[in-house]
Amino acid sequence: MATLNVNGKPYTFEAEPDTPLLWVLREQVGLTGTKYGCGVAQCGACTVHIDGVPTRSCVRPLSTVQATEKIVTIEGLSPSGSHPVQKAWVALDVPQCGFCQSGMIMAAAALLNDKPNPTDADIDAAMTNICRCGTYNRIRAAIKAAAKGGDTKSAGLSIQHTDGSVA
Amino acid sequence: MITNLSRRKFLETSAAATGALVLGIHIPFTREAAAQSAATQEINAWVVVKPDDTIVIRIARSEMGQGSLTGLAQLVAEELECNWAKVTTEYPTPGQNLARNRVWGNFSTGGSRGIRDSQEYVRKGGATARMMLVQAAADTWKVPVGECTVANSVIAHTASGRTATYGSVAAVAAKLTPPAEVPLKDPKDWKLAGKRLARLDTIDKTTGAQIYGMDLKLPGMVNAAIKDCPVFGGKIKSVDSAAVMKRPGVKKVVRVGDSAVAVVADTWWHAKTALDALPIEWDNGPNATASSAKFAEVMKAGFDAKDAAVGNQVGDARAAIAAAARKIEAVYSYPHQNHATMEVMNATARWTPERCEVWTPTQNGEAALAAASEAAELPLAKCDVHKLLLGGGFGRRGAVHDWVRQVVAIAKEMPGTPVKLLWSREEDMLHGCYHPVTQCKLTAGLDASGNVTALHMRISGQSIVAGVFPQNIKDGKDPVVFQGLNPPGPEASIGYTFPALLIDHAMRNPSVPPGFWRGVNLNQNTIYLECFIDEIAHATGQDALAFRRKLMANHPKHLAVLNMAAEKGGWGTPAPKGVYRGLAQTMGFGSYVAACAEVSVGENGSLKVHRIVAATDPGHAVNPQQIEAQVEGSFAYGLSAALYGECTVKDGRIEQENFHAYRVLRMDEMPKVETIVMPSGGFWGGVGEPTIAVAAPAVLNAIFAATGKRIRDLPLKNHDLKA
Repeated sequence: MATLNVNGKPYTFEAEPDTPLLWVLREQVGLTGTKYGCGVAQCGACTVHIDGVPTRSCVRPLSTVQATEKIVTIEGLSPSGSHPVQKAWVALDVPQCGFCQSGMIMAAAALLNDKPNPTDADIDAAMTNICRCGTYNRIRAAIKAAAKGGDTKSAGLSIQHTDGSVA
Repeated sequence: MITNLSRRKFLETSAAATGALVLGIHIPFTREAAAQSAATQEINAWVVVKPDDTIVIRIARSEMGQGSLTGLAQLVAEELECNWAKVTTEYPTPGQNLARNRVWGNFSTGGSRGIRDSQEYVRKGGATARMMLVQAAADTWKVPVGECTVANSVIAHTASGRTATYGSVAAVAAKLTPPAEVPLKDPKDWKLAGKRLARLDTIDKTTGAQIYGMDLKLPGMVNAAIKDCPVFGGKIKSVDSAAVMKRPGVKKVVRVGDSAVAVVADTWWHAKTALDALPIEWDNGPNATASSAKFAEVMKAGFDAKDAAVGNQVGDARAAIAAAARKIEAVYSYPHQNHATMEVMNATARWTPERCEVWTPTQNGEAALAAASEAAELPLAKCDVHKLLLGGGFGRRGAVHDWVRQVVAIAKEMPGTPVKLLWSREEDMLHGCYHPVTQCKLTAGLDASGNVTALHMRISGQSIVAGVFPQNIKDGKDPVVFQGLNPPGPEASIGYTFPALLIDHAMRNPSVPPGFWRGVNLNQNTIYLECFIDEIAHATGQDALAFRRKLMANHPKHLAVLNMAAEKGGWGTPAPKGVYRGLAQTMGFGSYVAACAEVSVGENGSLKVHRIVAATDPGHAVNPQQIEAQVEGSFAYGLSAALYGECTVKDGRIEQENFHAYRVLRMDEMPKVETIVMPSGGFWGGVGEPTIAVAAPAVLNAIFAATGKRIRDLPLKNHDLKA
């Protein structure tokens, strides 16, 4: 039996100690927002926070995660998608296929927590996740917008939302 | 315990009911929603109106990130005159399409055709529904329909001051006979189409709630991992199943065809680790010694071969070149590449002797259904496919549904049990449908003043059509191989006029299976032509833009996007210190595109692509902010290919097994992209693919300007750009 603290709740389950955290989250805990992309910590689609540190869960064995460590997945980042990063992502229509975006958002949220006003170089260094659709420039714009308190207008994309707002 | 429980429940319920899998941002979750759906009125195949005025627009094409789900909904809603804020979407299943005489038309989502090939009938679907809804109100009020106006889902009869919402007249409208004449709006009168609207499918992608094929859960479901013989054309010699049957969670070892073996377990991780431990002996078959190097020699031999199909011919180019005062010649090549969608191939199937159902991300639900039916050995009417949002497609999930055949084969061994098959990234890299390899020998004849008198392009190499749809090869010719080089016309036409021209193809097919890879043959053909044009301009001491303009007088749409990209890119004005520019243009997938790239090359040979200015003329622009997203994305995809993209074959198998060996562009390498969308009207072009083709040649031409090095074979990682 193993116990993990995920999104503020304790989960107890059976899994071999060498099972990667990613697969425990997806198959034992049942949270599928965290994605499998490569299994070798290259793409970042599996990024979660462990005590606030962005972590590629596909290569993190269950045995190395303590029950006391706080794991946060995309589902637990905020209630109903209200984290500033999520709001900026929606305002600027960042996702295309969206598959990498859970990992991107978790990496961006950790970056902003660490550096509330990141430079382009900070963004380049922190955001090493892969997106095949090519949403990189909108991701950069959304991170900057979130850093500026949600000022999405400065991105200049003029996206019309159904609530009447224009980002 | 588990967030998103309601959604999971919905998926389970829908699976049990074998009904349509409804996708969209507003998914009906609950019993309440089910009760409501009973009152829902289908006005026609495209439009459903609920009593609360929610409009459900049916989308036949697949959404894989390209945004056409939103664009198609905009086109329907434009003609429907409905309240955009209450629009949701759903996919009909391919089985429903067949049962209704293909009322939704083609499900295939590739070739940047999603909008351009369905715009007319989906707009008519919206317009027809609007006419029926207004007629229903007029009939109810007993007033002439011509006296009624409509906007935002509200019908009004001004003279009597009456209004009615779509939801209130939907039941009456649904019973009316559709009108015979359905006029469409002039695009200049559009209010929703053509606008920079937000996508309909964004929110769930930011919260983890979006269900991809990989995330599907069905009651009693088991998980499968698979390994196909790494050597193309090889087979299984032996499998020692007993060696893994006692591992945790393992339920079954299944041979899939004669070349693959799958392990089925309670969890995918158990299945995958057992598969890794499974002793398998392969018979590597006839291609065991195949290699990229050997195939390159085969392609080279094709340059002088007599068996070439002609794609474009003007005058006698061979004679003109023989008589030319000066000849310029160059050989280019393009490698195999994997689509590398972020979501690896996957599908879930449940098979019984009476029925087979499949849940999968697919670019072509109908092709997936056909594959399922064949593998299930059941008629089409006893099968169906539920489409799930794709974690990337790029052509991999359209023509060949190898993973669907596999999952059905496994599910057949476990009747009644839903089986989810998920490939590992390694399996995905080793068993792609790869960008075809070709080489091209270009020869230009020049007169004494440096004018081009003739051009011969001999393409030698792989045909996608021969690999995927061999029945479409006529007289040894694959017409798709000439994309971007076709004679003047509406599709993929060459943008230059030469006094004499010959473009021909010697087909040479290696043992590596080809596929339609985003941009298809436009990718390499545009590199060949646009870099060689640059070579001629340089060799004759002419400015690359001025030289092109001389050859493009008869191609005003090609020229217009080139001029725009050059002007906004600052061509002819000083660039920042150490920064050099390159140009490229092409036409394909119905659209005209051009790019001006700015690069610098460091003393150590490091390449930096700073900025790309891109112009696109798609005829009509349904959602400009999404076109911009597609253009930006095209540079990420095209530059990934140009910088790193290469799958090499050694001992019959692909060498690159994951992203560490198959690098793709990341954030720090992404240039600034400035997109000019310049729809000139009168035609409909696609936007998902054409821009990819100008990414590499614009950058390669800029690299030449920076270094004097002419790179003729990709990827750039194999070249030293140091001075």
